[in-house]
Amino acid sequence: MNTFKSVFDNYDWDTIQSKIYQTTPKDVERALAKNKRNLDDFLVFISPAAQPYLEQMAQQAHELTQKRFGKTIQMYAPLYLSNECQNICTYCGFSLDNKIKRKTLTENEITLEIEVLKKARFDHVLLVTGEANHTVNIHYFLKTIAQIKNNFSTISAEVQPLSTEEYEQLHNAGIYSILVYQETYHRDVYKQYHTKGKKSNFDFRLETPDRVGTAGIHKIGLGVLLGLEDWRTDSFFNALHLDYLQKTYWQTKYAVSFPRLRPAEGVIDPNFIMDDTDLTQLICAYRLWNEDLEISLSTRENEKFRDNIIPIAITSMSAGSKTNPGGYVVDSQSLEQFEISDERSASEIAQVISSKGYEPVWKDWDRSYTKID
Amino acid sequence: MLPFKIGDRTFESRLFLGTGKFGSNKQMEEAILASGSELVTVALKRIDLETETDAILAHLKHPKINLLPNTSGARNAKEAIFAAQLAREALETNWLKLEIHPDPKYLMPDAIETLKATEALAKMGFIVLPYIHADPVLCKRLEDAGTSAVMPLGSPIGSNKGLKTIDFLEIIIEQSRVPVIIDAGIGSPSDAAKAMELGADAVLVNTAIAVAGNPILMAKAFREAVIAGRKAFEAKIAQQHNRAMASSPLTAFLYE
Repeated sequence: MNTFKSVFDNYDWDTIQSKIYQTTPKDVERALAKNKRNLDDFLVFISPAAQPYLEQMAQQAHELTQKRFGKTIQMYAPLYLSNECQNICTYCGFSLDNKIKRKTLTENEITLEIEVLKKARFDHVLLVTGEANHTVNIHYFLKTIAQIKNNFSTISAEVQPLSTEEYEQLHNAGIYSILVYQETYHRDVYKQYHTKGKKSNFDFRLETPDRVGTAGIHKIGLGVLLGLEDWRTDSFFNALHLDYLQKTYWQTKYAVSFPRLRPAEGVIDPNFIMDDTDLTQLICAYRLWNEDLEISLSTRENEKFRDNIIPIAITSMSAGSKTNPGGYVVDSQSLEQFEISDERSASEIAQVISSKGYEPVWKDWDRSYTKID
Repeated sequence: MLPFKIGDRTFESRLFLGTGKFGSNKQMEEAILASGSELVTVALKRIDLETETDAILAHLKHPKINLLPNTSGARNAKEAIFAAQLAREALETNWLKLEIHPDPKYLMPDAIETLKATEALAKMGFIVLPYIHADPVLCKRLEDAGTSAVMPLGSPIGSNKGLKTIDFLEIIIEQSRVPVIIDAGIGSPSDAAKAMELGADAVLVNTAIAVAGNPILMAKAFREAVIAGRKAFEAKIAQQHNRAMASSPLTAFLYE
């Protein structure tokens, strides 16, 4: 099967990095003046040279986002099903070598957790797990989806990479979107952070979105873990990946997220610091390059940043999130994957969104579209 | 201004509205009322069919406003037909805006699947209004398949670029036996007026109103533009001349 790897292998990290850092103000002005933009323009917009043009970028991003998505913000909530994990990832709270109590939610516990989400109005749930194939596998996912599918119009999953056949099973069961983050596109650095477990296989992860696309899943979400490597270069490769996927699996929607490394128990500090200006620049760059890309912002980010980024380019937000299995009600003290920063409730966030002149959208999908036989 | 009919329903207003992209449901409702529209399209996927009190529908309950459910999100005929049946049952209307765009990037309508679905839905008794490219042959094929109207795009949906397909729209309007509603890309009231001057039966507008600085005022502007354009069409627009009429015509000698 032809995959992104065949495109990716034609690129060299250092060449791209030096291209980014050699961008000039003239390049930025030229890219800003264009109507149709390509990856070269994205590279320009993420360069240090573009930072003085941030207000202009934000203005254009605001207009493009409203034109495409209107004055709306989609609402979703994560549901952490398990923190069992066979991988060692030095930045993650669920890492195998982190001596913590492990937990995978039972059917009854899931019932209790989703009650809380339904009360908060959520109709889009994102299922999250670590990677523990003996217990938290396709059978567990299918069972869970069958259990909750009448409670949510949209079910997304951010779980370990699976096979094409397994993604097909998820698609048929009613999963709407799959999120899978490469973490970093720097092959050697990837190895340093992912020392053990199935996740240490860079190529298997790199080719995961191809398997998701082949299976016909409606939406694919990508991202890099910002803080592992130079965010500019990593983001270029993430955009390259999106560009390839969008051309190959053209019936699929795409989304991008911006997990910035946050403190968690027993994990490292970020190697590369990305400040709020950088993150705003990156978000704008994605929008200026790709008008129809969905852009999601989680509760990793703080209140001030989240409130102010709404009118710039964001299309979906989580709220009131717990990043530990059972966090909503069953076992609020279990270990979390990362500390959230914005702790406001879903209704508070919805109010903030409304006060900015935007409509919080709870439902934007109907189960009737997902796989009809 | 002449009223017009789709199926057996008569419309005074030739402006149809979309319900997406508004900053709040209240704003959407006010804009619709200001527009004078009698037909508004609403995406099935946005509606909560299980509650009696869906937030969007609650704001569309007005005696003059008819609902036109759409199948946005469907990637093929099969999904669209299934969604249409659900919409008919839940919203108690056999009217349907058929949208099949397998490409989520530009939301380009799939001609093949749309034709297939129109044929099936018309047989099932639906009043089908399909969103399509400005393709004159496809329009005739849809007529044969039992469509109740055609909704060709003026330019890519949500682009606000106006009537980029004008030459094809003129052919469609000239040939059509069913109402022609220009659906996508209308960015400003002047675009809507132009569409009406061409002889389109109606226009459907969403982004240009929802995303305007003042959606309610913009809805009024569209209302007036559509009326003006239609009146101009009915009044028969004076022909354009590329040069002044010659004062000594070539044929004057015949009458000397």
